Amino acid sequence: MLNYVLIRLLTFVPTFVGVTLISFGFIRLLPGDPIIVMAGERGLTDERYAELEAQFGFDRPIFVQFWEYLTGVLQGDLGNSFVTKRPVWDEFFALFPATLELSICAMFFAVVLGLPAGVIAAVNRGKFYDRALMSTALIGYSMPIFWWALLLIIVFSGNLQWTPVSGRIDLIYYFPDPTGFMLIDSLRSGQSGAFTSAVRHLVLPTIVLGTIPLAVIARQTRSAMLEVLGEDYIRTARAKGLTSGRINGVHALRNALIPVITVIGLSVGTLLAGAILTETIFSWPGIGKWMVDSIFRRDYPVVQGGLLLIAVAVMIVNLTVDMLYGVINPKIRKR
Amino acid sequence: MSLLRIRNLSVAFSTASGAFQAVDAVDFDVDPGEILAIVGESGSGKSVSMLALMGLLPWTATVTADEITFDGKDLLRIDKNARRRIVGNDLAMIFQEPMSALNPCFTVGWQVKESLRYHLGLDRAAQHRRAIELFEQVGIPDPEKRLTAFPHQMSGGMNQRVMIAMAISCKPKLLIADEPTTALDVTIQAQILDLLADLRNETGMGLVLITHDMGVVAETAERVSVQYAGQKIEEQPVGPLFNKPHHPYTAALLDALPERAIERLLPTIPGVVPGQFDRPTGCLFSPRCKFADATCKTTPPATAGTDLGNVRCHYPLNTGEGIAS
Repeated sequence: MLNYVLIRLLTFVPTFVGVTLISFGFIRLLPGDPIIVMAGERGLTDERYAELEAQFGFDRPIFVQFWEYLTGVLQGDLGNSFVTKRPVWDEFFALFPATLELSICAMFFAVVLGLPAGVIAAVNRGKFYDRALMSTALIGYSMPIFWWALLLIIVFSGNLQWTPVSGRIDLIYYFPDPTGFMLIDSLRSGQSGAFTSAVRHLVLPTIVLGTIPLAVIARQTRSAMLEVLGEDYIRTARAKGLTSGRINGVHALRNALIPVITVIGLSVGTLLAGAILTETIFSWPGIGKWMVDSIFRRDYPVVQGGLLLIAVAVMIVNLTVDMLYGVINPKIRKR
Repeated sequence: MSLLRIRNLSVAFSTASGAFQAVDAVDFDVDPGEILAIVGESGSGKSVSMLALMGLLPWTATVTADEITFDGKDLLRIDKNARRRIVGNDLAMIFQEPMSALNPCFTVGWQVKESLRYHLGLDRAAQHRRAIELFEQVGIPDPEKRLTAFPHQMSGGMNQRVMIAMAISCKPKLLIADEPTTALDVTIQAQILDLLADLRNETGMGLVLITHDMGVVAETAERVSVQYAGQKIEEQPVGPLFNKPHHPYTAALLDALPERAIERLLPTIPGVVPGQFDRPTGCLFSPRCKFADATCKTTPPATAGTDLGNVRCHYPLNTGEGIAS
């Protein structure tokens, strides 16, 4: 097992270099100059421009710049933001909990609804529930995130006034945030109504972000369940006189989980990509919104560092998923 | 009173190309402690009729019967929950492929204990004790250690023993073994058959042995029911069946046994069991029967009396003196 983890960690290296290369290259391919953007409408003299160019190192060859960036990264230095002058590292970890909280809630939402939906559809194959659930899932999967978000905001925030439109919590609440997770911090603060407010702010972004993973998980669970339900050991379970709930929920689902866990792992990548749109729409102060803002400001260190850290997060999730296979299916553990 | 009594059981599968009659009006009786063998080629409906009894057929199957009584309970009338309390408890079944019949995600111990918890409501300690007892009973060495093994870590023979342990865990009154030795090699086959016979002797449970192997029948069974194309064509105690088969099909099956071969070439039965589209109008065996005449090809034979083993044939063999098979 340890060997396996070490080998997997080694494969991180090329991915890591690739991500740094791509993030470094692509942001520079975008038209626009960070120095001009920084200067704003006042503009600046040619001398001042040359001075700043030398200060940021833009006057040197691009390979030298990349090498310096890469050595910096390997020493744990992701650089400072052009705009705020604060280290990228600090900014990322100040904002990441917000994204993590939203992603975890969205994934929870997707799994808690998607697994049962897939099981119910598989068990009622070809009947009403199957058709209803699977066509709903297809609609959910094809729904553009921004449109779906606006639709929910109009109905639930606008017309019904059930949920707030944006942010993580009402402005009247203020408390220290040692964990960065609003749900935990608001509970710890002990202020009445703070937790409810945090939950109400979280509902719509969670639904919006979780919709596509939900649809994917439901469809994958259904097809995996259908395959498993035809297996001999399901007949054995029925011959034991077990209830259909136990057969489907324990004997079949455990076997069907392998492909489902795979798509859950892959969805994490999608989730972080979706978080960028969702966070922008709901003004959610997470890394998605931070990244988008940085791209507009041509804040090179932030874009590079942010992409890299997101990539690392996705890689860690995928490694975890691979190790979960063995926990769920002992047959894989042997290999 | 017999333990199991089935009258006029029919099973039809609805397929894309119409209904397929897999089992056609068969009767079964099993007495307590008796070993009944059901023999026939692949596709003769032997497994399907027992799966129908267990309620394990897919939804495409339509089961009809005049009577299915098990242990005094009318299985046709009771609801699903009442049936579940019988199946896996008093009425158990083991299958052909032990490797795929056990769930790969759970330890064999967990799978055996599940039955004990579900049907008998034993607590953890009692489950553990009973599981070890069962493993010893079915001849699994080092049961304490084996309980935590997964099916893929054990051999086919050991897995079949686990299946048997699971099936007998609630002391069933009737055990149905659906070709329990087909997937195992010959030495293991004999061990498993001995085990089943021993368990029958110890516990007094009835045993239905589904097989296509006449050798297995001769060794183990007490009474034999021969099925062909979904119909029961003959039923006799094992001795008379081997000595004086009444149906030409039974006779042909016995002739095909290597031990009985008198010529260099092993006799075979030409053709295959009729399927959905080539079902003959007369006797179902007539296209393959060397005795068949015009009557056989046009008129389905009636079932003869018990003195002739309920044979379904116009011209039964070995009916009196001097008629050779």
